[in-house]
Amino acid sequence: MTTPVPLLETQALTMRFGGVTAVSEVDFTLREAELRCLIGPNGAGKSTFFKMLTGQLAPSAGTIMFRGRPVAGASPHEIARLGVGIKTQVPNVFNGLSVRENIWLGARRTHTPLRTAAVVDEVLEKIRLAAQARTLVGQLSHGQRQWVEIGTVIAADPELILLDEPAAGMTHDEVLRTAELIREINQSRALVVVEHDMQFIRMIARTVTVFHQGRVLMEDAVDAVLRDPRVRDVYLGKKVAA
Amino acid sequence: MTGSHLAKLAQAAALAAAIAAVAVMPQEVEIFDLMQYTLFAAMAILALSLGFIWGFGGILSFGQTAFFGLGAYAYAVAAINFGDSTGAVALAVLVPAGFALVLGYFMFYGRISDVYLGVITLTVTLILFNLVNSTAGDEYRIGAAALGGFNGMPSIPGLNAPGNPDYVLDPEELWFVTGGALILVYVLLRLLLASRFGRVAVAIRENETRAALLGYDPRLTKLAVFVVGGGIAGLAGCLYANWGAFVSPTIFSLALSAEIIIWVTVGGLGTLIGPVIGCVLIQYLVAQIGTQQAFNSNLVLGVILIAFVLLLRKGLVPTAQDLGGRLIALLRRRAGRTAESLGALKEAE
Repeated sequence: MTTPVPLLETQALTMRFGGVTAVSEVDFTLREAELRCLIGPNGAGKSTFFKMLTGQLAPSAGTIMFRGRPVAGASPHEIARLGVGIKTQVPNVFNGLSVRENIWLGARRTHTPLRTAAVVDEVLEKIRLAAQARTLVGQLSHGQRQWVEIGTVIAADPELILLDEPAAGMTHDEVLRTAELIREINQSRALVVVEHDMQFIRMIARTVTVFHQGRVLMEDAVDAVLRDPRVRDVYLGKKVAA
Repeated sequence: MTGSHLAKLAQAAALAAAIAAVAVMPQEVEIFDLMQYTLFAAMAILALSLGFIWGFGGILSFGQTAFFGLGAYAYAVAAINFGDSTGAVALAVLVPAGFALVLGYFMFYGRISDVYLGVITLTVTLILFNLVNSTAGDEYRIGAAALGGFNGMPSIPGLNAPGNPDYVLDPEELWFVTGGALILVYVLLRLLLASRFGRVAVAIRENETRAALLGYDPRLTKLAVFVVGGGIAGLAGCLYANWGAFVSPTIFSLALSAEIIIWVTVGGLGTLIGPVIGCVLIQYLVAQIGTQQAFNSNLVLGVILIAFVLLLRKGLVPTAQDLGGRLIALLRRRAGRTAESLGALKEAE
């Protein structure tokens, strides 16, 4: 029996900035339609890992395969066209444009003009901003802008969605809604979610990968990971005997 | 009727008014004034080209005169050689657009930052100025056309009816062509901005990273915007050369490059009508100052630029739009309050 080609696979992925190794020989595999959480303290290399996956950084070494196709070092727009969408850590939205225009720009590249209008309305409902469709995104709250960014990403209907701290700066209700939204998306699409909020991780995760100092510390079911003393030590800043 | 319907209706009315103004102008003003307005219209097209690439594409070109001058020279050389202006007009658009394509390719695909983009476009203009300035003498000619160096090229053949070199346009007809071209360029840019391409260009101006992460290629889009701007500036150059039947290297000068930026700043960045208004106002002002000796026009231009940058950063048109919007909101609130108090009165009865 042949093993199916994973949706995403990195081998010995490494990123060095001068003398600092931000990500070191990471092997990471994601199945089709999988939901994976990525945790780790600040500086563990999570965002750098995402930047390599989306072409914002060209890796120093190693490979990235998206459905068996090498994408390491390709331009961001090329990788996006293969079906990788990302919500970045710092909200990356079109602040001077309306909510509707933001979503439209996400939807229009992959859909016909007619379909785009319907997709935009659907997404506006999903992110609960239909009433604010004409508001400039720059005038919204931080949590709402996070949703706008998630909305532009899902409007393009990508195969793989990367979310870097989607619940940061959100109120409790907004966090609940975001978790719900992630589970909804996961019914048909694969996601990788970076998050610090352990409650949030428990709400959505099955498998969790822990990054520490640029390496994968462990990868296991959510309960096993959160019980693991090493993970606790990493977050408390203790030295880990990995 | 919704706000967007009203806005569309107002736009259509403004367009009709502009077309009517171009049509009746020759009956209303003296021929000298008409020629003056022809010059303003040609320059307004140049202002539109920068207003488009800077205001909507986020590309600040300090050397829009490079394309303007190339358009004028391309027209002059081609018209002299062909003896018919039809193909010359096409070349006046295509040569600068092609030059913008090559220059833009190296700038955008070379990942040059915005500041250097300004420096490079400025330098290219200076290089062209020096290049053309040093072509005096009979050995510098393209076909039958002598470039003339610092003396320029006099008696350029005027526009003729398409395909009919014997019918040369008179000043009144040249006004129709130039004013018509201004309206046409404006409408085409409006349509372009409403299209997918235009909306993506604005998105890239807003946030290049986000646009790329959505799958849009920022370099290609910016290059396309730059080429369109180059072609429009070339058309303006062609019309300018026709207005005076003369072109000289000063067309590439820094003074004009700087003046276009002032037009756009004064009129309002991020609008299309702003640069047109800014251009016409300032040119009119400079022409008025030129008729008397009290002030130096460069001094006045400098003061205007400083005043706008310090006091009215958004420029005339966006400021007027803001004020208009506030006035409408205020009137609505007033009307709401009146209705409320009327309702309260009724209840009291």
